[in-house]
Amino acid sequence: MSPEQTDVLIIGAGPAGLAAALAAASSTARIVLLDDNPLAGGQIWRDGPQAELPEQARSLRERVLGHPNVRHCPGTRVIASAGPNTLLVEDAERGWQIRYDKLILCTGARELLLPFPGWTLPGVTGAGGLQALIKAGLPVRDQALVIAGSGPLLLASAATARHNGARIVRIAEQAARGAVAGFAAQLPRWPHKLLQSFSLFDRQYRTGTHVLAALGSDRLEGVRLSQQGNIVEVACDRLACGFGLIPNSQLGQALGCALEQQALAVDGWQATSVAGVYAAGECSGFGGSELALVEGAIAGHAAVGEHPAAQALWTRRARWQGFARALNRAFALNPALKALATADTLVCRCEDVAYAELSGHVGWREAKLASRCGMGACQGRVCGAAVQHLFGWQPSAPRPPFSPARIETLLCLEDISS
Amino acid sequence: MPELILDGRPLRVPDGTSVAAALALGGDGCARTSVSGQRRAPLCGMGICQECRVNIDGRRRLACQTLCRDGMHVETRP
Ligand SMILES: Cc1cc2nc3c(=O)[nH]c(=O)nc-3n(C[C@H](O)[C@H](O)[C@H](O)COP(=O)(O)OP(=O)(O)OC[C@H]3O[C@@H](n4cnc5c(N)ncnc54)[C@H](O)[C@@H]3O)c2cc1C
Ligand code: FES
Repeated sequence: MSPEQTDVLIIGAGPAGLAAALAAASSTARIVLLDDNPLAGGQIWRDGPQAELPEQARSLRERVLGHPNVRHCPGTRVIASAGPNTLLVEDAERGWQIRYDKLILCTGARELLLPFPGWTLPGVTGAGGLQALIKAGLPVRDQALVIAGSGPLLLASAATARHNGARIVRIAEQAARGAVAGFAAQLPRWPHKLLQSFSLFDRQYRTGTHVLAALGSDRLEGVRLSQQGNIVEVACDRLACGFGLIPNSQLGQALGCALEQQALAVDGWQATSVAGVYAAGECSGFGGSELALVEGAIAGHAAVGEHPAAQALWTRRARWQGFARALNRAFALNPALKALATADTLVCRCEDVAYAELSGHVGWREAKLASRCGMGACQGRVCGAAVQHLFGWQPSAPRPPFSPARIETLLCLEDISS
Repeated sequence: MPELILDGRPLRVPDGTSVAAALALGGDGCARTSVSGQRRAPLCGMGICQECRVNIDGRRRLACQTLCRDGMHVETRP
Protein backbone atom coordinates (compact mmCIF):
# COMPACT_ATOMS: atom_id res chain seq x y z
CA MET A 1 0.00 0.00 0.00
CA SER A 2 1.51 3.36 -0.95
CA PRO A 3 1.82 5.96 1.82
CA GLU A 4 -0.70 8.74 2.33
CA GLN A 5 0.89 12.05 1.25
CA THR A 6 0.44 15.35 3.06
CA ASP A 7 2.12 18.74 3.19
CA VAL A 8 1.92 19.14 6.95
CA LEU A 9 1.51 16.33 9.47
CA ILE A 10 0.59 17.41 12.99
CA ILE A 11 0.87 14.95 15.89
CA GLY A 12 -1.43 15.89 18.79
CA ALA A 13 -4.78 17.72 18.65
CA GLY A 14 -4.57 19.68 21.91
CA PRO A 15 -4.48 23.50 21.95
CA ALA A 16 -1.05 23.56 20.23
CA GLY A 17 -2.00 21.11 17.48
CA LEU A 18 -5.37 22.78 16.80
CA ALA A 19 -3.74 26.23 16.61
CA ALA A 20 -1.00 24.88 14.34
CA ALA A 21 -3.58 23.32 12.01
CA LEU A 22 -5.61 26.53 11.81
CA ALA A 23 -2.52 28.64 11.10
CA ALA A 24 -1.20 26.27 8.43
CA ALA A 25 -4.65 25.92 6.86
CA SER A 26 -4.66 29.62 5.95
CA SER A 27 -2.35 28.58 3.09
CA THR A 28 -3.31 25.97 0.51
CA ALA A 29 -1.36 23.25 2.31
CA ARG A 30 -2.97 19.85 2.93
CA ILE A 31 -2.89 19.00 6.62
CA VAL A 32 -3.27 15.76 8.53
CA LEU A 33 -4.00 16.20 12.26
CA LEU A 34 -3.51 12.98 14.19
CA ASP A 35 -4.23 12.24 17.86
CA ASP A 36 -4.47 9.08 19.94
CA ASN A 37 -7.65 10.17 21.75
CA PRO A 38 -11.12 9.50 20.35
CA LEU A 39 -11.92 13.26 20.40
CA ALA A 40 -9.81 16.35 19.64
CA GLY A 41 -8.94 18.82 22.43
CA GLY A 42 -5.88 17.42 24.21
CA GLN A 43 -5.67 17.56 27.99
CA ILE A 44 -7.25 20.84 29.02
CA TRP A 45 -10.06 20.57 26.46
CA ARG A 46 -10.71 16.86 26.90
CA ASP A 47 -14.34 16.31 25.94
CA GLY A 48 -16.70 13.70 27.38
CA PRO A 49 -20.05 13.13 29.08
CA GLN A 50 -18.87 14.87 32.29
CA ALA A 51 -16.73 17.60 30.67
CA GLU A 52 -17.60 21.26 30.16
CA LEU A 53 -15.71 22.84 27.29
CA PRO A 54 -15.19 26.62 27.10
CA GLU A 55 -16.60 28.42 24.06
CA GLN A 56 -13.06 29.16 22.79
CA ALA A 57 -12.32 25.44 22.63
CA ARG A 58 -15.54 24.55 20.83
CA SER A 59 -15.14 27.23 18.19
CA LEU A 60 -11.45 26.48 17.55
CA ARG A 61 -12.23 22.78 17.27
CA GLU A 62 -15.10 23.41 14.85
CA ARG A 63 -13.06 25.74 12.65
CA VAL A 64 -10.18 23.27 12.43
CA LEU A 65 -12.11 20.04 12.00
CA GLY A 66 -14.52 21.66 9.53
CA HIS A 67 -11.71 23.09 7.39
CA PRO A 68 -11.55 21.52 3.92
CA ASN A 69 -7.71 21.31 3.99
CA VAL A 70 -7.60 19.45 7.30
CA ARG A 71 -8.01 15.69 7.70
CA HIS A 72 -8.45 14.67 11.35
CA CYS A 73 -7.38 11.16 12.36
CA PRO A 74 -8.70 10.50 15.88
CA GLY A 75 -7.80 7.39 17.88
CA THR A 76 -4.55 7.10 15.91
CA ARG A 77 -1.08 6.60 17.34
CA VAL A 78 2.41 6.79 15.90
CA ILE A 79 4.09 3.39 15.84
CA ALA A 80 7.42 3.89 14.08
CA SER A 81 9.48 5.95 11.73
CA ALA A 82 9.23 4.33 8.29
CA GLY A 83 11.98 6.08 6.36
CA PRO A 84 12.66 9.72 5.50
CA ASN A 85 9.69 12.01 6.27
CA THR A 86 7.44 9.00 6.80
CA LEU A 87 5.67 7.69 9.90
CA LEU A 88 3.86 4.41 10.43
CA VAL A 89 0.57 5.00 12.27
CA GLU A 90 -2.27 2.78 13.52
CA ASP A 91 -5.93 3.26 14.43
CA ALA A 92 -8.45 0.74 15.73
CA GLU A 93 -8.96 -0.70 12.23
CA ARG A 94 -5.71 -0.48 10.28
CA GLY A 95 -2.08 0.55 10.08
CA TRP A 96 -0.70 2.79 7.32
CA GLN A 97 2.15 5.13 6.42
CA ILE A 98 1.96 8.90 6.13
CA ARG A 99 4.61 10.80 4.16
CA TYR A 100 4.92 14.49 5.01
CA ASP A 101 6.77 17.54 3.85
CA LYS A 102 6.70 19.22 7.29
CA LEU A 103 6.05 17.63 10.66
CA ILE A 104 4.75 19.53 13.72
CA LEU A 105 5.00 17.71 17.04
CA CYS A 106 2.31 18.87 19.49
CA THR A 107 2.44 15.84 21.75
CA GLY A 108 1.85 17.77 24.99
CA ALA A 109 2.88 16.70 28.45
CA ARG A 110 2.13 13.90 30.86
CA GLU A 111 2.08 13.85 34.63
CA LEU A 112 5.14 13.01 36.66
CA LEU A 113 3.94 10.00 38.68
CA LEU A 114 6.31 9.08 41.50
CA PRO A 115 6.24 5.74 43.31
CA PHE A 116 5.25 5.62 46.99
CA PRO A 117 4.06 2.70 49.13
CA GLY A 118 0.58 1.62 48.03
CA TRP A 119 0.50 3.59 44.77
CA THR A 120 -0.47 0.48 42.79
CA LEU A 121 -3.73 0.04 44.75
CA PRO A 122 -6.94 0.47 42.75
CA GLY A 123 -8.30 3.88 43.77
CA VAL A 124 -4.97 5.66 43.23
CA THR A 125 -4.68 7.71 40.01
CA GLY A 126 -2.76 10.70 38.70
CA ALA A 127 -4.15 14.12 39.62
CA GLY A 128 -4.78 15.24 36.06
CA GLY A 129 -5.41 11.54 35.45
CA LEU A 130 -8.44 11.58 37.72
CA GLN A 131 -9.70 14.73 36.02
CA ALA A 132 -9.39 13.05 32.62
CA LEU A 133 -11.16 9.91 33.84
CA ILE A 134 -14.01 11.95 35.35
CA LYS A 135 -14.52 13.94 32.15
CA ALA A 136 -14.87 10.63 30.31
CA GLY A 137 -17.61 9.47 32.69
CA LEU A 138 -15.93 8.02 35.82
CA PRO A 139 -18.44 8.29 38.70
CA VAL A 140 -17.16 10.15 41.82
CA ARG A 141 -20.44 11.37 43.35
CA ASP A 142 -20.31 11.28 47.19
CA GLN A 143 -16.81 9.80 47.17
CA ALA A 144 -14.14 11.22 49.51
CA LEU A 145 -11.07 12.36 47.55
CA VAL A 146 -7.53 13.33 48.48
CA ILE A 147 -5.71 15.21 45.73
CA ALA A 148 -1.94 15.42 46.16
CA GLY A 149 1.27 16.29 44.39
CA SER A 150 2.13 19.67 42.97
CA GLY A 151 1.06 22.49 40.71
CA PRO A 152 -2.13 24.25 39.62
CA LEU A 153 -3.42 21.02 38.11
CA LEU A 154 -4.34 19.86 41.64
CA LEU A 155 -6.83 22.73 41.87
CA ALA A 156 -8.18 22.13 38.37
CA SER A 157 -8.65 18.44 39.15
CA ALA A 158 -10.39 19.27 42.46
CA ALA A 159 -12.75 21.66 40.67
CA THR A 160 -13.77 19.00 38.14
CA ALA A 161 -14.24 16.38 40.87
CA ARG A 162 -16.33 18.66 43.06
CA HIS A 163 -18.44 19.73 40.10
CA ASN A 164 -19.26 16.05 39.62
CA GLY A 165 -20.32 15.52 43.22
CA ALA A 166 -17.12 14.39 44.96
CA ARG A 167 -16.18 15.46 48.47
CA ILE A 168 -12.62 16.84 48.53
CA VAL A 169 -11.16 16.04 51.95
CA ARG A 170 -7.63 17.34 51.30
CA ILE A 171 -5.54 18.98 48.60
CA ALA A 172 -1.88 18.37 49.45
CA GLU A 173 0.59 20.67 47.66
CA GLN A 174 4.22 19.74 48.26
CA ALA A 175 5.56 23.26 47.58
CA ALA A 176 6.11 25.51 50.58
CA ARG A 177 3.61 28.19 51.45
CA GLY A 178 6.03 31.01 50.65
CA ALA A 179 6.66 29.74 47.11
CA VAL A 180 2.95 29.31 46.33
CA ALA A 181 2.09 32.72 47.84
CA GLY A 182 4.87 34.34 45.79
CA PHE A 183 3.43 32.79 42.65
CA ALA A 184 -0.12 33.89 43.52
CA ALA A 185 1.16 37.44 44.09
CA GLN A 186 2.46 37.48 40.51
CA LEU A 187 -0.83 36.38 38.98
CA PRO A 188 -2.17 39.92 38.37
CA ARG A 189 0.46 40.17 35.62
CA TRP A 190 -1.57 37.58 33.72
CA PRO A 191 -5.15 38.75 34.30
CA HIS A 192 -6.90 35.86 32.59
CA LYS A 193 -4.95 33.35 34.68
CA LEU A 194 -5.82 35.26 37.85
CA LEU A 195 -9.50 34.59 37.36
CA GLN A 196 -8.84 30.97 36.50
CA SER A 197 -6.80 30.34 39.67
CA PHE A 198 -9.03 32.10 42.11
CA SER A 199 -12.16 30.36 41.01
CA LEU A 200 -10.16 27.21 41.72
CA PHE A 201 -8.96 28.04 45.24
CA ASP A 202 -10.11 25.72 47.95
CA ARG A 203 -10.56 25.47 51.73
CA GLN A 204 -8.92 22.04 51.95
CA TYR A 205 -5.71 23.29 50.29
CA ARG A 206 -2.52 22.68 52.33
CA THR A 207 0.96 23.70 51.22
CA GLY A 208 4.12 21.94 52.49
CA THR A 209 2.15 18.69 52.47
CA HIS A 210 2.92 15.49 50.61
CA VAL A 211 1.80 11.90 50.44
CA LEU A 212 3.74 9.24 52.38
CA ALA A 213 1.67 6.16 51.60
CA ALA A 214 -1.61 4.95 50.16
CA LEU A 215 -3.29 2.65 52.70
CA GLY A 216 -5.48 -0.39 52.07
CA SER A 217 -5.18 -4.08 51.17
CA ASP A 218 -7.11 -4.76 47.95
CA ARG A 219 -8.22 -1.23 47.32
CA LEU A 220 -7.46 2.24 48.64
CA GLU A 221 -8.91 3.02 52.09
CA GLY A 222 -6.90 6.04 53.18
CA VAL A 223 -3.78 8.12 52.80
CA ARG A 224 -0.88 8.92 55.12
CA LEU A 225 0.41 12.46 54.62
CA SER A 226 3.28 14.53 55.90
CA GLN A 227 1.37 17.75 56.56
CA GLN A 228 3.58 20.72 57.38
CA GLY A 229 5.87 18.41 59.38
CA ASN A 230 3.15 16.31 61.09
CA ILE A 231 2.07 12.84 60.04
CA VAL A 232 -1.68 12.56 59.51
CA GLU A 233 -3.94 9.83 58.15
CA VAL A 234 -7.05 10.62 56.15
CA ALA A 235 -9.72 8.08 55.13
CA CYS A 236 -10.74 8.38 51.47
CA ASP A 237 -12.12 6.50 48.46
CA ARG A 238 -9.65 7.91 45.97
CA LEU A 239 -6.20 9.43 45.94
CA ALA A 240 -5.27 11.50 42.88
CA CYS A 241 -1.54 12.21 42.94
CA GLY A 242 0.65 13.90 40.32
CA PHE A 243 3.88 15.86 40.72
CA GLY A 244 3.58 18.32 37.87
CA LEU A 245 4.03 17.83 34.14
CA ILE A 246 6.83 16.48 32.00
CA PRO A 247 7.07 17.00 28.23
CA ASN A 248 6.17 14.13 25.88
CA SER A 249 9.44 14.43 24.02
CA GLN A 250 9.94 10.73 23.16
CA LEU A 251 8.67 10.84 19.57
CA GLY A 252 10.84 13.89 18.80
CA GLN A 253 13.78 12.24 20.56
CA ALA A 254 13.34 9.11 18.47
CA LEU A 255 13.36 11.25 15.29
CA GLY A 256 16.68 12.76 16.40
CA CYS A 257 15.47 16.12 17.75
CA ALA A 258 17.74 17.68 20.37
CA LEU A 259 16.48 18.10 23.93
CA GLU A 260 16.81 20.98 26.33
CA GLN A 261 15.94 20.23 29.96
CA GLN A 262 13.85 17.17 29.00
CA ALA A 263 11.81 19.15 26.42
CA LEU A 264 12.24 19.36 22.65
CA ALA A 265 14.62 22.24 21.91
CA VAL A 266 13.18 24.81 19.46
CA ASP A 267 14.22 28.12 17.88
CA GLY A 268 12.11 31.27 17.37
CA TRP A 269 10.10 29.56 14.58
CA GLN A 270 9.41 26.56 16.86
CA ALA A 271 11.74 24.55 14.59
CA THR A 272 13.59 21.64 16.20
CA SER A 273 17.18 20.65 15.44
CA VAL A 274 15.90 18.33 12.65
CA ALA A 275 15.12 20.11 9.35
CA GLY A 276 11.39 20.22 8.59
CA VAL A 277 10.35 19.15 12.10
CA TYR A 278 8.68 21.70 14.41
CA ALA A 279 7.51 21.37 18.00
CA ALA A 280 4.93 23.46 19.87
CA GLY A 281 3.04 23.37 23.15
CA GLU A 282 4.06 21.41 26.18
CA CYS A 283 6.34 18.92 24.39
CA SER A 284 8.68 21.90 24.00
CA GLY A 285 8.33 22.96 27.66
CA PHE A 286 5.54 23.36 30.17
CA GLY A 287 3.60 26.61 29.99
CA GLY A 288 -0.19 26.16 29.98
CA SER A 289 -2.76 26.39 27.22
CA GLU A 290 -2.22 30.06 26.23
CA LEU A 291 1.45 29.42 25.51
CA ALA A 292 0.54 26.20 23.68
CA LEU A 293 -1.92 28.11 21.46
CA VAL A 294 0.52 30.83 20.45
CA GLU A 295 3.41 28.40 19.91
CA GLY A 296 1.15 26.19 17.79
CA ALA A 297 0.15 29.15 15.63
CA ILE A 298 3.80 30.18 15.16
CA ALA A 299 4.77 26.63 14.15
CA GLY A 300 1.81 26.35 11.76
CA HIS A 301 2.64 29.61 9.99
CA ALA A 302 6.37 28.84 9.88
CA ALA A 303 5.81 25.34 8.49
CA VAL A 304 3.99 26.76 5.44
CA GLY A 305 6.54 29.55 4.95
CA GLU A 306 4.45 32.43 6.33
CA HIS A 307 7.23 33.88 8.44
CA PRO A 308 5.84 37.41 8.95
CA ALA A 309 2.60 35.99 10.36
CA ALA A 310 4.64 33.79 12.70
CA GLN A 311 6.88 36.64 13.81
CA ALA A 312 3.88 38.84 14.62
CA LEU A 313 3.12 36.41 17.46
CA TRP A 314 6.52 36.52 19.16
CA THR A 315 5.57 39.19 21.72
CA ARG A 316 2.53 37.24 22.80
CA ARG A 317 4.65 34.13 23.19
CA ALA A 318 7.23 35.98 25.32
CA ARG A 319 4.50 37.10 27.70
CA TRP A 320 3.25 33.56 28.33
CA GLN A 321 6.81 32.24 28.61
CA GLY A 322 7.16 34.59 31.58
CA PHE A 323 4.14 32.95 33.18
CA ALA A 324 5.63 29.50 32.57
CA ARG A 325 8.90 30.48 34.27
CA ALA A 326 7.09 31.79 37.36
CA LEU A 327 5.04 28.59 37.53
CA ASN A 328 8.03 26.28 37.25
CA ARG A 329 9.94 28.15 39.94
CA ALA A 330 7.05 28.13 42.42
CA PHE A 331 6.33 24.42 42.18
CA ALA A 332 9.91 23.04 42.16
CA LEU A 333 9.92 19.61 43.80
CA ASN A 334 11.01 19.07 47.42
CA PRO A 335 14.00 16.64 47.57
CA ALA A 336 12.16 14.70 50.33
CA LEU A 337 9.98 13.25 47.55
CA LYS A 338 12.93 11.14 46.40
CA ALA A 339 12.65 9.16 49.63
CA LEU A 340 8.98 8.10 49.35
CA ALA A 341 9.56 4.66 47.84
CA THR A 342 10.68 1.89 50.20
CA ALA A 343 12.60 -1.27 49.21
CA ASP A 344 9.49 -3.21 48.20
CA THR A 345 7.61 -0.35 46.49
CA LEU A 346 7.06 -1.24 42.83
CA VAL A 347 8.69 1.35 40.58
CA CYS A 348 7.88 -0.33 37.26
CA ARG A 349 4.17 -1.15 37.24
CA CYS A 350 4.31 -3.00 33.92
CA GLU A 351 6.91 -5.58 35.01
CA ASP A 352 6.38 -5.26 38.79
CA VAL A 353 9.97 -4.28 39.55
CA ALA A 354 10.62 -3.08 43.11
CA TYR A 355 12.81 -0.18 44.20
CA ALA A 356 15.36 -2.57 45.80
CA GLU A 357 15.98 -4.23 42.42
CA LEU A 358 17.04 -0.89 40.94
CA SER A 359 18.85 1.01 43.62
CA GLY A 360 22.20 -0.82 43.27
CA HIS A 361 22.68 0.01 39.57
CA VAL A 362 24.75 2.78 38.02
CA GLY A 363 22.48 3.73 35.12
CA TRP A 364 19.17 3.21 33.35
CA ARG A 365 20.48 0.81 30.69
CA GLU A 366 22.11 -1.54 33.17
CA ALA A 367 19.12 -1.44 35.52
CA LYS A 368 16.76 -2.16 32.62
CA LEU A 369 18.69 -5.20 31.41
CA ALA A 370 19.01 -6.63 34.90
CA SER A 371 15.45 -6.03 36.08
CA ARG A 372 13.23 -5.48 32.99
CA CYS A 373 12.24 -2.11 34.49
CA GLY A 374 10.96 0.04 31.63
CA MET A 375 10.66 -2.86 29.19
CA GLY A 376 6.92 -3.39 29.65
CA ALA A 377 3.91 -1.99 27.83
CA CYS A 378 4.36 1.68 28.81
CA GLN A 379 7.93 1.53 27.50
CA GLY A 380 9.28 3.49 30.43
CA ARG A 381 6.95 6.49 30.05
CA VAL A 382 6.00 6.23 33.73
CA CYS A 383 8.99 4.51 35.39
CA GLY A 384 11.61 6.17 33.13
CA ALA A 385 10.53 9.60 34.34
CA ALA A 386 10.37 8.30 37.91
CA VAL A 387 13.92 6.86 37.88
CA GLN A 388 15.17 10.05 36.29
CA HIS A 389 13.77 11.89 39.29
CA LEU A 390 14.88 9.29 41.86
CA PHE A 391 18.34 8.38 40.58
CA GLY A 392 19.12 11.04 37.96
CA TRP A 393 19.28 8.43 35.15
CA GLN A 394 18.62 9.86 31.69
CA PRO A 395 16.16 7.64 29.78
CA SER A 396 17.35 6.59 26.34
CA ALA A 397 15.44 7.50 23.15
CA PRO A 398 12.54 5.07 22.69
CA ARG A 399 12.79 2.35 20.08
CA PRO A 400 9.96 1.38 17.77
CA PRO A 401 7.25 0.35 18.15
CA PHE A 402 6.65 3.56 20.15
CA SER A 403 3.46 2.06 21.49
CA PRO A 404 2.23 -1.54 21.45
CA ALA A 405 1.12 -2.30 17.89
CA ARG A 406 -0.62 -5.10 16.01
CA ILE A 407 1.48 -7.45 13.89
CA GLU A 408 -0.48 -6.46 10.73
CA THR A 409 0.58 -2.85 11.29
CA LEU A 410 4.23 -3.75 11.73
CA LEU A 411 4.06 -5.72 8.50
CA CYS A 412 3.40 -2.40 6.68
CA LEU A 413 7.07 -1.63 7.39
CA GLU A 414 8.14 -4.82 5.58
CA ASP A 415 6.06 -3.92 2.50
CA ILE A 416 8.09 -0.83 1.85
CA SER A 417 11.55 -2.08 2.71
CA SER A 418 11.28 -5.31 0.70
CA MET B 1 -26.94 4.98 25.43
CA PRO B 2 -24.73 2.07 24.29
CA GLU B 3 -24.97 -1.30 26.03
CA LEU B 4 -21.76 -3.28 26.38
CA ILE B 5 -20.90 -6.63 27.94
CA LEU B 6 -18.41 -6.21 30.79
CA ASP B 7 -16.94 -9.51 32.02
CA GLY B 8 -20.07 -11.28 30.80
CA ARG B 9 -22.58 -8.83 32.33
CA PRO B 10 -24.59 -6.30 30.31
CA LEU B 11 -24.04 -2.62 31.20
CA ARG B 12 -25.73 0.46 29.76
CA VAL B 13 -23.71 3.70 29.91
CA PRO B 14 -24.22 7.31 28.79
CA ASP B 15 -23.06 8.26 25.27
CA GLY B 16 -19.39 9.24 25.12
CA THR B 17 -18.41 7.20 28.19
CA SER B 18 -14.91 5.71 28.01
CA VAL B 19 -14.38 2.02 28.70
CA ALA B 20 -12.21 3.10 31.68
CA ALA B 21 -15.22 4.85 33.22
CA ALA B 22 -17.43 1.87 32.41
CA LEU B 23 -15.14 -0.40 34.45
CA ALA B 24 -16.10 1.64 37.54
CA LEU B 25 -19.76 2.03 36.54
CA GLY B 26 -20.26 -1.71 36.13
CA GLY B 27 -17.55 -3.41 38.17
CA ASP B 28 -14.79 -2.84 40.71
CA GLY B 29 -12.99 -0.37 38.41
CA CYS B 30 -10.08 -2.74 37.68
CA ALA B 31 -8.78 -3.36 34.18
CA ARG B 32 -6.16 -6.08 34.43
CA THR B 33 -4.09 -8.39 36.61
CA SER B 34 -0.37 -7.56 36.88
CA VAL B 35 2.49 -10.03 36.33
CA SER B 36 2.66 -10.65 40.09
CA GLY B 37 -1.10 -11.11 40.39
CA GLN B 38 -2.25 -7.69 41.64
CA ARG B 39 -5.46 -6.20 40.27
CA ARG B 40 -4.83 -2.81 38.67
CA ALA B 41 -7.04 0.10 37.67
CA PRO B 42 -6.51 3.01 35.23
CA LEU B 43 -3.81 5.38 36.52
CA CYS B 44 -2.97 8.17 34.07
CA GLY B 45 -6.32 8.49 32.29
CA MET B 46 -4.56 9.62 29.13
CA GLY B 47 -2.98 6.75 27.22
CA ILE B 48 0.46 6.76 28.83
CA CYS B 49 0.66 4.17 31.62
CA GLN B 50 -1.06 1.16 29.96
CA GLU B 51 -2.54 0.09 33.32
CA CYS B 52 -6.02 0.24 31.75
CA ARG B 53 -5.44 -2.29 29.02
CA VAL B 54 -8.38 -4.65 28.60
CA ASN B 55 -9.53 -7.12 26.02
CA ILE B 56 -12.15 -5.56 23.73
CA ASP B 57 -13.73 -7.86 21.15
CA GLY B 58 -10.58 -10.00 21.18
CA ARG B 59 -8.08 -7.16 20.87
CA ARG B 60 -5.97 -5.56 23.58
CA ARG B 61 -6.98 -1.90 23.83
CA LEU B 62 -6.55 1.01 26.22
CA ALA B 63 -9.78 1.49 28.16
CA CYS B 64 -9.09 5.19 28.77
CA GLN B 65 -8.84 5.97 25.05
CA THR B 66 -11.71 3.81 23.84
CA LEU B 67 -15.34 4.92 23.83
CA CYS B 68 -18.08 2.42 24.74
CA ARG B 69 -20.03 1.09 21.76
CA ASP B 70 -23.18 -0.97 21.55
CA GLY B 71 -22.49 -4.71 21.72
CA MET B 72 -18.80 -4.33 22.67
CA HIS B 73 -17.36 -7.22 24.74
CA VAL B 74 -14.91 -6.05 27.41
CA GLU B 75 -12.89 -8.56 29.46
CA THR B 76 -10.71 -7.53 32.42
CA ARG B 77 -9.50 -11.02 33.33
CA PRO B 78 -7.04 -13.10 31.34
C1 LIG C 1 -3.90 15.09 32.58
C2 LIG C 1 -3.74 16.58 32.36
C3 LIG C 1 -4.79 17.45 32.67
C4 LIG C 1 -4.66 18.83 32.48
N1 LIG C 1 -5.69 19.65 32.81
C5 LIG C 1 -5.53 21.00 32.72
C6 LIG C 1 -6.55 21.90 33.11
O1 LIG C 1 -7.61 21.49 33.59
N2 LIG C 1 -6.33 23.24 33.02
C7 LIG C 1 -5.15 23.74 32.50
O2 LIG C 1 -4.97 24.96 32.42
N3 LIG C 1 -4.18 22.91 32.09
C8 LIG C 1 -4.33 21.57 32.20
N4 LIG C 1 -3.31 20.73 31.84
C9 LIG C 1 -2.11 21.35 31.26
C10 LIG C 1 -2.30 21.21 29.76
O3 LIG C 1 -1.45 20.19 29.33
C11 LIG C 1 -2.08 22.44 28.91
O4 LIG C 1 -2.71 23.55 29.43
C12 LIG C 1 -2.50 22.24 27.44
O5 LIG C 1 -3.47 21.23 27.29
C13 LIG C 1 -1.28 21.92 26.64
O6 LIG C 1 -1.62 21.83 25.29
P1 LIG C 1 -0.77 21.00 24.25
O7 LIG C 1 -1.48 21.17 22.96
O8 LIG C 1 0.66 21.37 24.34
O9 LIG C 1 -0.82 19.49 24.73
P2 LIG C 1 -2.01 18.49 25.10
O10 LIG C 1 -3.24 19.20 25.42
O11 LIG C 1 -1.42 17.56 26.08
O12 LIG C 1 -2.26 17.69 23.73
C14 LIG C 1 -1.38 16.72 23.21
C15 LIG C 1 -2.19 15.67 22.48
O13 LIG C 1 -1.33 14.83 21.73
C16 LIG C 1 -1.67 13.49 21.92
N5 LIG C 1 -0.47 12.69 21.65
C17 LIG C 1 0.70 12.71 22.33
N6 LIG C 1 1.59 11.86 21.79
C18 LIG C 1 0.97 11.29 20.74
C19 LIG C 1 1.38 10.32 19.77
N7 LIG C 1 2.61 9.77 19.78
N8 LIG C 1 0.48 9.93 18.84
C20 LIG C 1 -0.75 10.50 18.81
N9 LIG C 1 -1.19 11.42 19.69
C21 LIG C 1 -0.33 11.82 20.64
C22 LIG C 1 -2.16 13.45 23.34
O14 LIG C 1 -2.97 12.34 23.63
C23 LIG C 1 -2.95 14.75 23.43
O15 LIG C 1 -4.27 14.61 22.99
C24 LIG C 1 -3.44 19.34 31.98
C25 LIG C 1 -2.38 18.46 31.67
C26 LIG C 1 -2.51 17.10 31.86
C27 LIG C 1 -1.34 16.19 31.53
S1 FES D 1 -5.12 4.86 32.24
FE1 FES D 1 -3.04 5.07 31.66
S2 FES D 1 -3.09 4.34 29.62
FE2 FES D 1 -5.16 4.31 30.17
